[in-house]
Amino acid sequence: MHNNHHDSYDLGFWRKYIFATDHKIIGLQYGITALFFLLVGFSLMMLMRWQLAYPGEPIPVVGQFWIPFSKAIDWIRINIFHIAGSNFAEETLPGGVMLPEFYNQLGAMHGTIMVFMGIVPLAVGAFGNYVVPLQIGAADMAFPKINMASYWSFLIGGVIMLLSFLAPGGAASSGWTSYTPLADIAPTGQTLWIIGMIFLITSSLLGAVNFITTIFQLRAKGLTFMKLPFFVWAQLVTAFLLLLAFPPLEAAGVLQLMDRIAGTSFFLPSGLVVSGKPLEVSGGGNTLLWQHLFWFLAHPEVYVLILPAMGIVAEVIANNTRKPLWGYKSMVYSLLVLGFLSFIVWAHHMFLTGMGTAISTFFQATTMIISIPSVIILTALFLSLWGSSIRFNTPMLFALAFLPMFGIGGLTGLPLGLSTPDIHLHDTYYVIGHFHYIVAPGTIFALFAGIYYWFPKVTGRKMNEILGQIHFWPSLICMNGVFMPMMIQGLAGVSRRLYDGGAQYAHAQGYLHLNEFMSISAWILALAQIPFIINLFWSMFAGRKVENDNPWGSTTLEWATPTPPSHGNFVHEPIVYRGPYEYSVPNATKDFTPQNQEAIT
Amino acid sequence: MSLTVPYLIEERPDTGVFNAKMGIWLFLASEVMLFGALFSTYVLLRVGSIEWPMGSTILSVPIGAFNTVVLITSSVTMVFAWVSLKLKQFDKFKLYLGLTILLALTFLVVKAFEYGAKFSHGMFPKTSTYLAIYFTLTGLHALHVIGGIIVNSYFWGPGGHLWQTKPEQFTNRIEIAGLYWHFVDLVWIFLFPVLYLL
Repeated sequence: MHNNHHDSYDLGFWRKYIFATDHKIIGLQYGITALFFLLVGFSLMMLMRWQLAYPGEPIPVVGQFWIPFSKAIDWIRINIFHIAGSNFAEETLPGGVMLPEFYNQLGAMHGTIMVFMGIVPLAVGAFGNYVVPLQIGAADMAFPKINMASYWSFLIGGVIMLLSFLAPGGAASSGWTSYTPLADIAPTGQTLWIIGMIFLITSSLLGAVNFITTIFQLRAKGLTFMKLPFFVWAQLVTAFLLLLAFPPLEAAGVLQLMDRIAGTSFFLPSGLVVSGKPLEVSGGGNTLLWQHLFWFLAHPEVYVLILPAMGIVAEVIANNTRKPLWGYKSMVYSLLVLGFLSFIVWAHHMFLTGMGTAISTFFQATTMIISIPSVIILTALFLSLWGSSIRFNTPMLFALAFLPMFGIGGLTGLPLGLSTPDIHLHDTYYVIGHFHYIVAPGTIFALFAGIYYWFPKVTGRKMNEILGQIHFWPSLICMNGVFMPMMIQGLAGVSRRLYDGGAQYAHAQGYLHLNEFMSISAWILALAQIPFIINLFWSMFAGRKVENDNPWGSTTLEWATPTPPSHGNFVHEPIVYRGPYEYSVPNATKDFTPQNQEAIT
Repeated sequence: MSLTVPYLIEERPDTGVFNAKMGIWLFLASEVMLFGALFSTYVLLRVGSIEWPMGSTILSVPIGAFNTVVLITSSVTMVFAWVSLKLKQFDKFKLYLGLTILLALTFLVVKAFEYGAKFSHGMFPKTSTYLAIYFTLTGLHALHVIGGIIVNSYFWGPGGHLWQTKPEQFTNRIEIAGLYWHFVDLVWIFLFPVLYLL
């Protein structure tokens, strides 16, 4: 290991760790915050799963401490936010039984937290920030202060979202999509949702500008575009999606805020009747407009969730197969096509809104076309495994599991992308099963792979393999236990928005027994995360120390830095001579040839 | 030895820009998407409406035209400010940037009188869809003008010290601020005909 000789970067605790401008610290800040939010979002869902499995029954364990917890919330509401007449327990879980209103809040916030505060900040904010500058041989991001602003904007947005539970009437409850006109007339929590989103969007925009500039401007000498690691490519395309897709949602948020605060009717049509009374607004708005603006963001957002995951998986697979990626160039071109096409598929979320068959046909066609580059990437990753002697360590297990799980998620999406089967499947549990296969055992597994893979670079220690296996296998089984039955329920026609799990729904009667199975799977899944949490903290201090700066025998530049990298990252300016995945080069002395190594031997 | 971030001032040969210039163009691309979404909203609402008032029957075209001239002039003075720095004439830079700020303030004052006149006639965002989109678009644009005033005032005042130590970097910063300011100007050049004339 190198000595960090004179480290002129002695700033004191606050500027080094709290108001940090170093991309590595900001990456870790993002990572820790996002993991916390993921846990929160997961907890909300576990509460919902109780209600779905045992509708109307008081929640055990949680019910016990809910009273004191609610008392504390009441105190905060009354004394800090001056809300009169607060009784949080009665508004949420009276006697431990979940109210429908609270169920709706949990549902909306689960989606919001997981997507905007959990996975994107982890995949882009954490991994992107930590790894991209290292992989391109840069000293830092192009705009370190903007990077800091991006993190703090994210944190403020996240805190506002969590605090929205304290608002009168609770948090946003109109789904993570906040469909109008429902969201226009929802309680205060929805306003906080919009304000929180504006902070999260600002954070993403600042991050996106920073990533693109960094990748274009700060590449090391010799690092041409076709020598970039696939992970960097994935982050580059992702940043463009964030840059161009988020502003329309910001516009939509502003319009909804105007509807809610200034009384405008952007999304309120004329003659709207609410609870038997005509709504006193000027009318003339278009409620489909919200859906168009929302999905113009939210479909590219799906690729924001998945592309960095593909990037991580590509790195881990190339490293552990000890082979070059199969079809690196086709993967890169597929990525570009995917990024472009993701902007013109959004209305496949809206086949049932009656927007017309001509428009449906267009979006149906683009949706079928966009599956091609996804399949190319996945196939290339599968073919990369062919004929290699695979190292089955924990990161590789997660990366390998990503492939079939993402495959299931992708293939189950095809019937949804065709307008005819979508009539049957729309808004059923099939949709939930489909996208959770992509995001949960897909993206989240890839993120786990990334954590296990880059942990030694961050801490100088490896995570424990046995705990890793104890984390992996139950997670894999339980993920399928949660989401596969959803497909069955959905094919049977069970709606995704039933607060009693379908107990009073004619279509659901034959499939109610699956609810209990899914819920128990979800709770075991939660238990399976305990070894991961233990592993994460235990290995920081007591994990096996790495014997050199490149413990996995990797080719990319992040492993050419000291462990952990000091401020400025590289000891000598790296010069790149070769492509990113030169593993097992014939006649080479080692089975990997780093990008910054001039001669093969 | 630790590396530092390069291309703060000089251009990277293969991209032809320094970092901040690429950053501002990317930021402006996202701004185009923001206002693009709002203009699309305008089109969709207008196409879907039963009746839509002519802008000139509600708003005053002469006042709008005056404000257009004010903003275009401010863009010109912004360019002069940047050119003055290129010519190493800091006093002239102060003059032109000061003029830019004053013109921007003029624009806002006129806009405030326009708003006030509408409010006093009982015309609020909630009154009609036309007024809703009018107030939203011009309000968001006004926020951008305020942002520009803050940035320019900083460079006119405390930020100007950088000229003493790093004149090239300071000149670059004014160029970046100018690009942003031209964009704010450009948005208004679209807003004026769309809201006042059509």
